[in-house]
Amino acid sequence: MTVAAKSSSPPARKRPFWTMERRDSLAGYLFIAPQMIGITVFVLIPLGLVFWYSLHEWNVLAQTFRFQGLANYQTLLSDPGLPQVLAATGIFSVGLVIFNMSLALLLAVLLDQKLKGIAVYRTLFFSPVVVSLVAWTIVWGFLLQNNGGINALLATFGIEGPNWLRHPTTAMISVIVVQVFKNVGLNMVLFLAALQGVPRELYEAARVDGTPVFKQFTRITLPMISPTVLLTSIITIVGSLQVFAQIAVLTQGGPGMSTTVLVYYLYQQAFQFHKFGYGATLSILLFVIVAVLTFIQWQMRRKLVFYEN
Amino acid sequence: MKTDLSPRMKVLVYGLMSVLLIPFVFPTWWMVTSSVKPISDIFAFPPDIVPTRFDFSTYGRVFELQPFAQQYWNSAYIAALVTAGTMLFSSMAGYAFARIKFPFANTLFMIVLIGLLIPAEVTIVPLFQIFLGWDMINTHWPLILVPVFGAPSVFATFVMRQFFIALPKELEEAARVDGLGRFRIFWTIALPLARPALGAVAIFTFLHSWNLYLEPIVFLSSPANFTLPQALTQFTDAYGGALWNVQLAAATMTALPVLIVFIIAQRQFVEGLAHSGLKG
Repeated sequence: MTVAAKSSSPPARKRPFWTMERRDSLAGYLFIAPQMIGITVFVLIPLGLVFWYSLHEWNVLAQTFRFQGLANYQTLLSDPGLPQVLAATGIFSVGLVIFNMSLALLLAVLLDQKLKGIAVYRTLFFSPVVVSLVAWTIVWGFLLQNNGGINALLATFGIEGPNWLRHPTTAMISVIVVQVFKNVGLNMVLFLAALQGVPRELYEAARVDGTPVFKQFTRITLPMISPTVLLTSIITIVGSLQVFAQIAVLTQGGPGMSTTVLVYYLYQQAFQFHKFGYGATLSILLFVIVAVLTFIQWQMRRKLVFYEN
Repeated sequence: MKTDLSPRMKVLVYGLMSVLLIPFVFPTWWMVTSSVKPISDIFAFPPDIVPTRFDFSTYGRVFELQPFAQQYWNSAYIAALVTAGTMLFSSMAGYAFARIKFPFANTLFMIVLIGLLIPAEVTIVPLFQIFLGWDMINTHWPLILVPVFGAPSVFATFVMRQFFIALPKELEEAARVDGLGRFRIFWTIALPLARPALGAVAIFTFLHSWNLYLEPIVFLSSPANFTLPQALTQFTDAYGGALWNVQLAAATMTALPVLIVFIIAQRQFVEGLAHSGLKG
């Protein structure tokens, strides 16, 4: 609140030095100061440090901190676990994005209809977003057990369900499904807002021309909401790379390493095996992947996205 | 696509929506109902969708096995502080970047935006070291300071900036003629008008803080300091097996309050999120 006092009470005797512009600039700097200091201390400096750490052998248990150049990066390239980790990360991200985006779009189109009680459906589809993440994951873990609710439900139809979290394939599918139903409501709402922004005249014109409904969707709806599709896909992909709690609670990366995604591996190396130097190297890898993906998608914006103006 | 559907299509849409709804609603229902069933009924076959016998004793055990009330308070006060702090500092920064002309504003804004590009997980190792150096490990400071000032608040700053850019100039000019300083203009004119954007920021920030998991397990080590997500996974028996009924009772207590608030205020909630400047 010291910021308030300084900027709201200009000096009583106006010295010529404090012109309107100068006072305004000072106010601007004071307004952004907390955020700038925060970004410097909690983002920029740590980013520099993570690079510095990655050049060291740093085992906390053995209390060693030795400069060793690029050795951690050589370890990274020859790490037998890494291909599996990258594969798991890739499968998770791709599966999540495809499933999430298509379900969000389907739900948004359904919820965009003029129907009675649609607001209730909207609320219910959105509700998992506000349920605590770990609580949601625990319930699914409970449901997905061998003798859990889902297999019990399947059994009433005479189907014997697999032990979902104990087989590599079904474990990965489970983690993706749990995550999608938790968060698809966010993308659904964004798509819904975009759908409601599409001018109705376009559909009316198409109907007069006798364009089939599906073609209306691909020729009008999709291009008109493409900025939102692009934005949500960026958010969803970057978000999928950060998945941690679901893995930690549901599978602990297993069975084997089938669900050990990059962030979980990073956590294990740094905070369970106390290899901070190698953990920092994995952080750099995560950073590079996120940066490259964001850059690619930003470039794609020009080719794929239709802007009204 | 907004057309009046034929009766047959209506039935189809309702049917499809109702089937799709199951995985969204059933887990929460199962969590709440299982938490009040006797342990023998939790794995009953065929499963009871609606509980027939009730046993509320697990709710007591939640508080016996862990300092759950303390953990609840930890999560609540951290989320409240983080939300209030983010609302204040992000709206200040967002306002300055949108409305005040000062040298290097664009460059500084680009630097802030770096925070959007860097997932918190990338910097968790050095942040751990920084807070270790400040003697703040196993305190709540990292869970408050980093979200309020660090990368997580950049999104809020961005949303607030987008909102303030759209405000008409005239609103402020009259106040300037009257001799109001920048902070007074911000506090008495711009901020009250920014309520929709602030609402969205508040919702996002609260949920983000309430759900944090990696950061608490990295920074906190004693149960009395734990936050809820971290505490939920600790209800295990002597062999590390999950005490399902206790865990589900604790999960219910964690999830239900926010869910109830959401259902009461869902209109503002959903619209707030939809209009948070994310429309591209």
